[in-house]
Order: sequence, then structure tokens, then C-alpha cells
Amino acid sequence: MNSAAGDSIIRARGLRKVYQTGKVQVEALRGVDLDVPRGEFLSVVGPSGSGKSTLFHIIGGLTPPSSGEVIVANRNVSAVGDNGRTELRRKYVSFVFQKFNLLPNLTARDNIRTALYIAGLPADRFDPAFVTILDLLGISARLDHKPSEMSGGEQQRVAIARALATRPAILLADEPTGNLDSSNSLAVLNVLGDLNKKLHQTILMITHNTEAAAFGHRIVHMRDGCIA
Amino acid sequence: MILKLVWENVRFRPVRTLLSMLLIAVPVTLILTLIGLSRGFLEDSTKRAEGVGADIIFRPSGSSLLSFSGAPMSDRFVDQLAKEPHVVAATGVVMQALGGTFDSVTGIDPTQFARLSGPFTFFEGHGLEKPDDMLIDQYYADQRHVHAGQDLNVLNRKWHVVGIVEPGKLAHLFVALPVLQNLVGATGKVSAIYLKLDNPADTQMVIDQLKAKYEGYPMYSMKDLEASYSVTNVPLLNGFIHAVMGIGIVIGFAVVSLSMYMAVLQRTREIGILKSLGASKSFVMGIVLAEAFALGLGGTIAGIVFSFGTRALMHALMPASLPQAIVPEWWWIAGAIAMGAALLGALYPGMMAVRQDPIEALAYE
Repeated sequence: MNSAAGDSIIRARGLRKVYQTGKVQVEALRGVDLDVPRGEFLSVVGPSGSGKSTLFHIIGGLTPPSSGEVIVANRNVSAVGDNGRTELRRKYVSFVFQKFNLLPNLTARDNIRTALYIAGLPADRFDPAFVTILDLLGISARLDHKPSEMSGGEQQRVAIARALATRPAILLADEPTGNLDSSNSLAVLNVLGDLNKKLHQTILMITHNTEAAAFGHRIVHMRDGCIA
Repeated sequence: MILKLVWENVRFRPVRTLLSMLLIAVPVTLILTLIGLSRGFLEDSTKRAEGVGADIIFRPSGSSLLSFSGAPMSDRFVDQLAKEPHVVAATGVVMQALGGTFDSVTGIDPTQFARLSGPFTFFEGHGLEKPDDMLIDQYYADQRHVHAGQDLNVLNRKWHVVGIVEPGKLAHLFVALPVLQNLVGATGKVSAIYLKLDNPADTQMVIDQLKAKYEGYPMYSMKDLEASYSVTNVPLLNGFIHAVMGIGIVIGFAVVSLSMYMAVLQRTREIGILKSLGASKSFVMGIVLAEAFALGLGGTIAGIVFSFGTRALMHALMPASLPQAIVPEWWWIAGAIAMGAALLGALYPGMMAVRQDPIEALAYE
């Protein structure tokens, strides 16, 4: 897949992020340029401390960059405030985390409904297209179970379903197989691949696992806050 | 959906929820119990005043409406007043407060007293016959676990309880008028004189006539006296209630703040998840406040239930001294105080939740 800048759903230029830890400044990103075309499944690979999680957080609107520009789904994330980033998360990007991050006191169905409710979408019943996604994920029969009643693989598939429920422009996955055994890892990666192929879902996956990264169309390597 | 989230939150940690509600229930119970005691005390006083069967109460010069202890008025007025037009019966009483309790002992002339209120209904024993005889009502008998025939130490003197009577007639403890007059150094004096008229409809007219004749002596219809038994007419009681409400608010505020602070800390990660889903500040604050509201509501209901428990306890332990009423119109006030404190107390934890960095919140273990 080509990285045509004009059709980029994610476009970062000179992205820098500096964290202040006590009196020490830590430069997590040192001028990252990145283009992600719509519909791409991009893997970002790098060791711990390479800056891939920081890049993930900035693209997802969880934290602002210190400098540089990042445009996500035609929104200049670097120019908006907290409310703008909240809107980005609500409408345009969704997350899948290593630790699943499901609300533990809610069933799978209510976890999904919560995301729909926050996005301002009808939450009473799932539309047929989303039911198809649930079938694809293989969790239709597990919707009335709480996270504590599900395996890690099931929880991660529920997290993916919750992330997709709001029809985000971009699905951001941070080490989605990090807490799974090999068979569940494979299942989740296959699901992400299927979602990308069948629904043309743009996916940006952060991982340190090169085998997992291979499921993407393209692999970007990061080291010391830069794209190698 | 917010309701569902809040419900699942409070359900998910039942011990914390229960403890928070119990702690919020404490000030609610405190307020309702003290208000109930004030109201119960006044209602009991009203009921006992009604039980006298009089139409007019005649008070010593310079006395206040609701102060009865002491005997500063000559008992010669009893005979004079009994001869006034329309007065069919008059009786003077001496009331002496018992130190350390809300009770008092009342000296009566049994014959005169019976002309106004009718004869006592005896559950045990008989009427006053000897100087050290004492009648007590059923509440006081229950409170002191006393039966007819036993002795009771009151006003540093041993009395022989000769009868247990039905409650609701002026006092809980009765002794012979001259005995109490001598005991308190008020020979020939009374605290108040009760008058019964031939026609209660003429009460105001008789009061006007008596006022003209006995200038400077306060007198009231019994209906006025009963109406005056309200919380707002007792300045100290009113201040006391306000102080209790203040304590209730402070306790409620501290308890809910602590509870919500813990709740927000415990749910740091969940708040991070909600923020990652795009939850706005108002949404997060709304959840914290809604949970505080739920805890406040639960605590209020528990406090109301507990106030029935304190009434049962008071009734079992001190039915005469501490009559506690259930005051439903104060449920809303106590509830509003608890809820207000809960919501105020949740504001700071709510602000903490709103300001939480989503990345740090998601990393919280």
C-alpha cells in the first residue's frame, strides 16, 4: 500500500514530545514524520523506550505533542485543547490496549453500550452491521458475561468490538497480544487482519513482537524517539 | 446508561457502598432522633396538658408560658378563682423539676384534680393516701422498672409508689400538694392554677374578665398553651436543632468526601478507560455526582430506618423522659442535608477524576 500523503488519515510532521520528570527532561519523540493512508494496517515496532507508545498516545489524543503537527482524520490534534482531543477520542479513534481495559463491573454488552452512549450513538440495540462484526469476533454468545467470566482472548475481542462499535476512522492497538497466549494472539491478529480486509478499517498497531507486526501491510521501526 | 454505570459501580463494591451509606446514615439518624426527641417531648407535654381537662391556665405574675418549675404564687388564688363566674372547678399544682432529667414531680390535690380531669385510671394500686405516697404513670414505671408497693427515691426522699396510672394527665409523677409544697419550701404556694369552665366556648370571654380583675397575671387558654408547644417557640431548642443540623452537615460532608475520594482512587483506571472512550469532563463528573447522590439517598433511607430503631430504643429504655416522635416532614430536610453534603463532598473527588491524566489513569494498578 502506498503512503500517499494526500489520502493520509494520519499525518505527523516534526512531532516532538518532552516529559518533565522532576528536574530531568526526557525527550520521548524527537521529530517524527509519519503518513498513514486510509485503510492501511500499519505496525509500529520498537524496543521499550523507543517512543512508540508516546506516538500512539499523541495520535489517539491522549496527550498533546510538545511541538510539531499531527493531523488525524482531518483534525489538527496538535492545535486543539483537551476538549478537542476528547472529541477526537469520542468520534474518530478507538483504542485496544494490552490490558484489555474493559470496565470490570459491566458485561461485555454494557461495555460496548457505554462506548456507544459516550459517542452519542443509539445504545439500546446493536445495528445489523455491528452484529456481523460481533459474529466475526466470535463473541456474540458472550455478551452478557462480565470480563472476570471471560478468557483473555475473549476479553480482547470484546475490547476490539467496543473499539469498533463507534465506527472509528482509526483503530489504535497498543500491544494487543501482549497479555495473550500464542493461540489467542493469533486469533486476535487474524481478527484485526480480517477487519482491515473486509471493512477497510485503518489500524495502527504498536508492538515489540515482529511476528505480530508482520500482520500489518507496512512496518515502521522506531528507536530513540525517531522513526528508523 | 449513566444510571446503569452508577448502579453497577455501587453494586460492584458492596462493602464500600454499605459502609458509605451507613456513615451517611449517621448524621441523618442523629438529626431525626434529636428532632424526634424535641417533637416527642413537646407532643408528650401537649398530650399531658390536654389530659388535665382544664380550659384556662392561670400563671404567676412575671412567669413565662413554658416555664413551670417553682411555686411563686399563693394558693389562695385557687379558692378565689373557683368562685369566678363560669368557673366550675379550679386546682393548683406545684411542679418541681428533677435534677439531671427532663422529668418533674407534680404536687396535686387529688380531689380538686379529679374534678377537672376525671379520676385516674389505675393499672396497679390505688390513689394518694399518706404523705409519702406517690403515683407514677405507666411510662415512668416502665422506665424505672417500678411497681406499686415499691419505693422510689425522688428529690432526695424515699417515696412509696402506691399506684401506676394511665399516662397523659399533666405529669409522670404525682405526690400530695402540701407535701411537695413543704418539701420545696413553698408552703401555701403553687406553680399554676387550672380552671374548668361551664362552657369551653366562653374561654376567651372569661380570660378577658379575669385579666381585668387579676392584672399582671398571665393566663392562657389550654388551646393556646398546646399550640405554643412547638420547636420554634422554645429558643434554646431551636438553637440546639440548628447546631445538630450543622454537625450533621459537617459529618455528612466529611464522610462523603472521604468515601468518594476512596471511590475515585479505586476507580482511577476505570476513569482512564472512560476518558479513552471519549468521555467528557461533565460525563465523568456526572458519574461521580450521581454515585454520591445514590449513596446519599441510600444513607438517607438507612438513617430514616435507624430513627425508628432509636425510637424503639428510647421507648424501651426511657419512655417517660425521652419520648421520641417520628417526624416524617423532617425526612426530606434531613435527606436534603445528607444529599447536599454528599454532592458537595463529591465535588473535590469529582474534580480530581475530571483532571486525571488518561494515560496515568490507564496505567494505574
